[in-house]
Amino acid sequence: MSKLRQTPSQTVGPFFAYALTPEQYGYDFASIADGALVEGDVPGQRIRIEGRVLDGNGDVVPDAMIEIWQADEQGRYAHPADPRGSNVGFKGFGRMGTGTDPEQRFIFDTIKPGSVDGAQAPHINVIVFMRGLLLHAYTRMYFSDEAAANARDPVLASVPAERRHTLIALKDEASAGAVYRLDIHMQGPNETVFFDV
Amino acid sequence: MSESYAPRDWSSQPPYLHPDYKSTVLRAPTKPLIPIRQSLSEITGPVYGQDRLGALDADLTRNAVKGAEPIGERIIVTGRVLDENGRPQPNMLIEIWQANAAGRYVHVVDQHAAPLDPNFLGGGRCVTDGEGRYTFTTIKPGAYPWGNHDNAWRPAHIHFSLFGPSLSTRLVTQMYFPGDPLLAFDPIYMGTPADCRELLISRFMLEHTQPLFALGYEFDFVLRGRHQTPVE
Ligand SMILES: [Fe+3]
Repeated sequence: MSKLRQTPSQTVGPFFAYALTPEQYGYDFASIADGALVEGDVPGQRIRIEGRVLDGNGDVVPDAMIEIWQADEQGRYAHPADPRGSNVGFKGFGRMGTGTDPEQRFIFDTIKPGSVDGAQAPHINVIVFMRGLLLHAYTRMYFSDEAAANARDPVLASVPAERRHTLIALKDEASAGAVYRLDIHMQGPNETVFFDV
Repeated sequence: MSESYAPRDWSSQPPYLHPDYKSTVLRAPTKPLIPIRQSLSEITGPVYGQDRLGALDADLTRNAVKGAEPIGERIIVTGRVLDENGRPQPNMLIEIWQANAAGRYVHVVDQHAAPLDPNFLGGGRCVTDGEGRYTFTTIKPGAYPWGNHDNAWRPAHIHFSLFGPSLSTRLVTQMYFPGDPLLAFDPIYMGTPADCRELLISRFMLEHTQPLFALGYEFDFVLRGRHQTPVE
């Protein structure tokens, strides 16, 4: 049987906010997701993830949209394809535009995910959208305080050693809570590793 | 892991770097993508059902009214979400956003000197039914100018966002209207491989027209399909 052609992607453009991130930007329309992933009594270590998106000139991108998708503290995804299912109350999905923070950061308040599949190091799946990207870009965030697990991770192992640092969020040791930072570089010497998912 | 999704068909997708669309020049990744072997992280994804939606979310002619009807030509946009094997995709969230009839977005950064419509937001969403079908009622968006090049105008379009069943099936795209003379001059549309551009153009369908109310357009989506990989 001949396959149908996949619908081509087009850019998210600069004007997504009133529909995709409306409450964050102050529009009168309910958001289905935002930067707060934890509601109620979800088990797990509370963490904050923040970063900026930078273009090829090193300028901060103020009109990007970042989506994250992650497992719960036991490494379970809230999706039927995960046979173990996740904690009720933790959807694992977040979405933020970079246009409301004074420093154009994306900021997610979530929990630290567990190891996925028993083999992969704790990580967060990231999708980057913006004006100028005709199709979205997939990347991942790992954690700097998981060095042993990172060293065994099959996806990190597939990345050239000198580029792995672009995927590892650094824990801010000075901060009271657990804050991890990772900037996304679209180009340049520290260009983020993007995956063909 | 026996379940995964067919790869992205790069022959149907625009490139990251398309210099005619100037914003790609400093934002397109320059290094080749690194292939990833699909794991639970890629074959799962956010699930949103009808329970998360407001009653008027799929009707943009009513979901932001402040006492009067929005201005412009009412249209019905309907179609199906399929995978590349032709299988309908039920219970899939679709989000849309668009300019108003005058070509103006509600977004504060949109400086186009065309009127806002106090009764029109331009955002909506719905979930596909058991046959993968969706329907929006909205206003036909206007063309609008942009700064890409001298005398640049975007053809009329509606932005669409779909998750599909997994992270790997995520799709953000734009739907255009048949016969629009601006299409040939639009670097975003023209960035798509020539033999796939038509996949982005809706079809006028008299059968979807609602008498005395709205014209009907049909637009289908094709997402990556599941495939079984041999057990190793
Ligand atoms: Fe647009």
